[in-house]
Amino acid sequence: MVEPQAAIEHTFREESGRILASLIRACGDFDLAEEAMQDAFAVALDRWPRDGIPDNPGAWITTTARHKAIDRIRRERTLAEKQELIAALDRPEDVSAADLDDEAPMQLIDDRLRLIFTCCHPALAPEAQVALTLRTLGGLTTPEIARAFLVPEPTMAQRLVRVKRKIRDAAIPYTVPAPEDLPARVDAVLAVIYLIFNEGYSASSGDALIRRDLCSEAIRLARLVANLMPDEPEAAGLLALLILQHSRRDARTGPTGELIVLEEQDRTRWHHAEIEEGAAIINEDMTSHGLGPYQQQAAIAAIHAQAPTPDATDWPQIAALYARLAEVQPSPIIELNRAVAIAMADGPLAGLRLIDAIDATGDLADYHLLHAARADLHRRANQPEAASIAYRRALDLCTNEVERTYLQRRLNEVTS
Amino acid sequence: MKYMFLIYDEEKNQNNGAPAVMEEYGAFSQLANEKGVIRDGNRLHATDAATTVRVRNGATQTTDGPFAETKEQLGGYFIFECKDLDEALSYAAKVPSAKFGSVEVRPVFEM
Repeated sequence: MVEPQAAIEHTFREESGRILASLIRACGDFDLAEEAMQDAFAVALDRWPRDGIPDNPGAWITTTARHKAIDRIRRERTLAEKQELIAALDRPEDVSAADLDDEAPMQLIDDRLRLIFTCCHPALAPEAQVALTLRTLGGLTTPEIARAFLVPEPTMAQRLVRVKRKIRDAAIPYTVPAPEDLPARVDAVLAVIYLIFNEGYSASSGDALIRRDLCSEAIRLARLVANLMPDEPEAAGLLALLILQHSRRDARTGPTGELIVLEEQDRTRWHHAEIEEGAAIINEDMTSHGLGPYQQQAAIAAIHAQAPTPDATDWPQIAALYARLAEVQPSPIIELNRAVAIAMADGPLAGLRLIDAIDATGDLADYHLLHAARADLHRRANQPEAASIAYRRALDLCTNEVERTYLQRRLNEVTS
Repeated sequence: MKYMFLIYDEEKNQNNGAPAVMEEYGAFSQLANEKGVIRDGNRLHATDAATTVRVRNGATQTTDGPFAETKEQLGGYFIFECKDLDEALSYAAKVPSAKFGSVEVRPVFEM
């Protein structure tokens, strides 16, 4: 038998995003919807242990929250507001308990899609988009979000209050954008999810567990968006990319939290079921569409993840994918990655020539990974002196402790 | 919802009132009128015609010039009635000055 407390936690975790989305659509007010949902969960805490867990906990919470919203409106609003809001909440074609069966009805799916476009609206500051998306669609609490982004809790609470106020005062709509705006708006949604993932993936400070939670949360959101927009290949591309990156989580750091680079990772510790899932998504897509940037990065990640050993990696294919990626999304960082892939395919000297060319542009002069990559290639080319100069330069520029430890170890190796 | 569009631009652009730009504003106003979304709108005289008034401790202080000396100055405004921010932003992007200046979109406080 499931404990009522566990059932409530499970319902909150799995369904609060969907419940909140339907409430926000019905009453058009984030705060009212959140308060009503909290009221409903409080009622559940009181009733479920006594009366038993309802057959459909999500539907029970939704119905109860609607009644609570109507109660709050009756207490707090003026007459004119009341009539309009109560009418919206009572409308029969809106969510009722009967709609909330196992096969998610289109109406509800639309609610979450509408909500994510609102949360990731370009009129909101990027950090506010991230916080609001985690709060409303991810069901994270304000203290959890504050911890994950290493800001004081009152700062995060204030940020959430401000962003909800702007949505209300500027009348940012709850709609899927018009077709002509859709590509740019989808990009914005995917960028927010990628930002959430990277915050968890590349951070080394703070609570490691919370950071890993952020990666899982980003994957959950990416999966939601990919399911909601099956015609957006980049949504599937992002999902595949995140699954593939995250599949290496247990091999990326050692027992004391030190960084383990890709070629030194214990590949048996990769999550191979996840790699299969990610690779399957990207393989399906590769045959049917021209590749967008997320799909290309996912294809590169899939090649890495599917190589049984570092030496068995298909480096020429990776270099070719980076070249295509640079065409759709020109960036010196992508050029740097291509240079490394070429070094692995054709030898370190070929890579060093490309790195020199990138360095000559000056765009990445202060980017520690350019110097770390150069150092690494000099080391492989058996040029310890040049390698040590480049490792020192990388150490001067690098502020991440975990990466610094790795660079220092390499520097010690080439100078001993 | 009413939105105010505050049109900022370098004054040298505002002063010359180039006929091509005037024509674009004519076309924009006509479009907005046909859609029934425009409530008001005007071009302002340049900031050398501006006077700023402050009352401190009961005394009125009057100074020549705008509130703040900045490179881009308020050169005109519109009031639009739109269903939401997305509709307002779609019109703001069509304001001719958006191509060289900027248009700040502010919701009007509903009394």
